[in-house]
Amino acid sequence: MKAIVKVQLKPGVLDPQGSAITGALQALGYDEVLDVRQGKIIELDLQGTDHVLAKQRVSEMCGELLANTVIERFSVDIID
Amino acid sequence: MRVAVIVFPGSNCDRDAADAIMQVTGKMPKMVWHREAELNSIDLVVLPGGFAYGDYLRPGAIAAQSPIMKQVRAHADAGRYVLGICNGFQVLTEIGLLPGVLMPNSGTKFVCKPLKLKVENSDTAFTNGYKNNSSISIPLAHHDGNYLVQDDELSQLEDNGQVVFRYEVNPNGSVNDIAGITNQQVNVLGMMPHPERAMGKTDANNDGETLFKSLMEALQ
Repeated sequence: MKAIVKVQLKPGVLDPQGSAITGALQALGYDEVLDVRQGKIIELDLQGTDHVLAKQRVSEMCGELLANTVIERFSVDIID
Repeated sequence: MRVAVIVFPGSNCDRDAADAIMQVTGKMPKMVWHREAELNSIDLVVLPGGFAYGDYLRPGAIAAQSPIMKQVRAHADAGRYVLGICNGFQVLTEIGLLPGVLMPNSGTKFVCKPLKLKVENSDTAFTNGYKNNSSISIPLAHHDGNYLVQDDELSQLEDNGQVVFRYEVNPNGSVNDIAGITNQQVNVLGMMPHPERAMGKTDANNDGETLFKSLMEALQ
């Protein structure tokens, strides 16, 4: 079983890396790009088969370490 | 004043901090490896600058989980003093001894230069040697110094005089130009600029030395 954790800055929090990527894409001629928000994906290999419990435990991990909830939001998907 | 400097893998200002302590107190501080689990008879803990654990995940995030940090927390909870410089400030926010978070600089660049700070509160153990509202010059060297904190906590910091240092010209996007803050009990200070690099040795600037002298005075 795997957990896929997505961590991203909350809406409204300045994302300097996203701004830099926006500028670079526009410089490449992709004029349709209005804004970019970047984040990270963290993939966890987990033992066990209980998806509900896994989601709960991984959400705890996000609160304690994987995300800083002052500025970041996270989502957790459990897959086989 | 008995001082411990915590050393993480990736700390790179630990010996600068030790030299600063040595210069002011005449005694070498205890260098404490992050995996140690004891902090005995220490008055001041210094969390030095650098890139603990390569800033993996977020600056300070992994370091905050080090075994020694439980002791640092207990040390702070007992009212004893903690000084976090640069990466040390980031570690202090990650373990929640100070509110808020240090985000990447708004200009996306690493900023490394001496900068003018305004001393906003000289009524602390860390700053009693400065004059209120005085302008001091302290070197800066960071990529993630853009301080952000929730609005209610920001008002609390401002109302309580917990904002100790403010940038005269904002280098990183930090809210309200904040360069350094204390906790409510005023025994924990986190600051992005490096006072240990302004000790009157390589140049005439000894504005950083005043901070260490203030601590020595307060803790004697």
